[in-house]
Amino acid sequence: MEHTSLLERILRGVAVSAILAFFLFPIFWIFLMSFQTNEQVLRIPPSLFFEPTTINYTSLITGKLQTAAGSLDLAFMQNLWNSVLLSTCSVALALLLGVPAAYAFARFKFPLSEDIAFTLLSFRFAPPLLVLLPLALYFQDIGLNDTYIGLIWIYQLIALPLILWIVRGYFEDISPDIEYAYRIAGHSWLQTFTRIAIPLARPGIAAAGLLAFIFCWNNFVFALILASADKQPVTVGALAFVTASGIQYGQIAAAIVLSVTPTLALALYAQRYLVEGLSLGAVKG
Amino acid sequence: MAQIELRSLAKSYKTGKVLDGLSLSVDEGEIVCVFGPSGAGKTVLLRLIAGVEELDAGSIFLEGRDVTEAPPETRGVGIAFQNFALFPHMSAFDNIGSALTARGASKATIKAKVEKVASLLKISHVLGHAPRELSNGQKQRTALARALAADPKIVLLDDPLRNVDAKLRYEMRLELPSLLRASGATVLYVTQDYKEAMAIGDRIAVLLDGRFEQIAKPSAIYRDPTSMGVARLFGDPTINLIPIRPRAGDGGTLCEIGGATVALGASHAAAAGRAVLLGLRPEALQVTDAAGADGFPVEVIAVTPLNEKTVLLMRTPEGQEIFASEAGVENEARRPGPAFAHFDPARALAFDEASGTRIGGGA
Repeated sequence: MEHTSLLERILRGVAVSAILAFFLFPIFWIFLMSFQTNEQVLRIPPSLFFEPTTINYTSLITGKLQTAAGSLDLAFMQNLWNSVLLSTCSVALALLLGVPAAYAFARFKFPLSEDIAFTLLSFRFAPPLLVLLPLALYFQDIGLNDTYIGLIWIYQLIALPLILWIVRGYFEDISPDIEYAYRIAGHSWLQTFTRIAIPLARPGIAAAGLLAFIFCWNNFVFALILASADKQPVTVGALAFVTASGIQYGQIAAAIVLSVTPTLALALYAQRYLVEGLSLGAVKG
Repeated sequence: MAQIELRSLAKSYKTGKVLDGLSLSVDEGEIVCVFGPSGAGKTVLLRLIAGVEELDAGSIFLEGRDVTEAPPETRGVGIAFQNFALFPHMSAFDNIGSALTARGASKATIKAKVEKVASLLKISHVLGHAPRELSNGQKQRTALARALAADPKIVLLDDPLRNVDAKLRYEMRLELPSLLRASGATVLYVTQDYKEAMAIGDRIAVLLDGRFEQIAKPSAIYRDPTSMGVARLFGDPTINLIPIRPRAGDGGTLCEIGGATVALGASHAAAAGRAVLLGLRPEALQVTDAAGADGFPVEVIAVTPLNEKTVLLMRTPEGQEIFASEAGVENEARRPGPAFAHFDPARALAFDEASGTRIGGGA
């Protein structure tokens, strides 16, 4: 709009700032908290000015938590590593299975295709707790309880439907004529899939992969029930900060900052692939 | 030897039959235009030949080889889609060279061939551009270049001029035949513009109701259509169809139009005694102020000069609106009002009213 008045622009700026402040303030506050001791955090009234300390970070990284009641062992770095391992492997596996499946659902009409696709989506409808109890029993029987493989498998319930349905939409948006043209030019079905369909659906694959990663990263109940301490991700590991001698707010804040970092880095990296409009101008009519 | 041989192809979708017993044989180096109204199944036909759709029945032979069951990448045809279907993540150069790359040609060969076809189509200066940076005309030429680059023996063009502006369409209509002939390829060219079909095709195959209603040279299709359906698809304004009931009379067949008795001559003898639609091309009608022999009365309603011709909208005494077109714009005196229309019986076409089949007149 070229005819926006000065007043309009000012109002828009104010509104945007208000919304940003509303959403970013908690994160900013947590970031500040991560450099404060528990006493500073609990001070009333709270203050923006304090002597920064890195004690929270060092205790997380070294795994020794000093509290009023004495020293406590923390497995935070192990938890963080578990989160990275579980989420990365789950999303990688889900992409490996989900992208070809999404292509099949988008391009080929086979018997029951809609029903199968919907069944996969319906995994997301049921409350996880409903399936967890029988699942835990089965996992104990087949020896998958408290294993990375078992957890990665279960995380497919989160990642696979998401990737399948998002990427399917992107594949459907590619004009089949583009793929036909490539095949008629003399390329096999597989070459067409890897050199036409996948590059053109890349924004969708990046978006779905990122979302699936965030959902896996943030999952709590599956790992809580199906894994023991050494396999648990940060979401479950954070429970350790609620100690007998009180809640360690400073460490919690530092843990949050540390555990947000990988996801944030991934999101920033994936951003370049999220650019849409790549396929614009390919077909007409 | 026929380069393209289609034997009783059939294809139907849930919505109904699209092609039903369609056959065609195209000789080497020939350009055949597949012409028909939209929705006739022209695009489906090309896709069947290219192998991206499966046949219900029938068989397809390309270069003498039965390819009915062959996957598209082995058929060796070049194709240009109506919507261009360029690969959006590749440059124009890579788009054009894709068929050569697939055949494992060397980099030098690819470069030479792409540049050759690009210069023929005047797109050498945009080879480095991505499809989204090209104008519609350049996209169309890129798509065409891609179809021709690997020197395929058989080229399928699906209404390639549909999405380009009128000026470029006119230019390409003149350029394309020589370009295609120079490539030596056998071409199947789909269009729904009868002028394009007549300008480009050695023969025209008229696709109606899932079959080829008529396959003939452009001039023959126009002068000598086998059915009313074909006659109506060619010509602008469209052919006039006047209901008559001819009878045998003194010295030939006669009929009544608007109360006047008109002689139809010897070529309409078979039409006598039947319900007939008399097909009169607008340019076959002469309009005069005086009655004369064999004229029928009309009321001229509108006179539209179109530079190279003047189109008259007229009404017969029965109330039917018909068109006449006069070459040139000399007749400035032509005004709306009563007049008389005449025609050469040899140029009139008689169609059976019920079936639409030709039963008389014409060449």
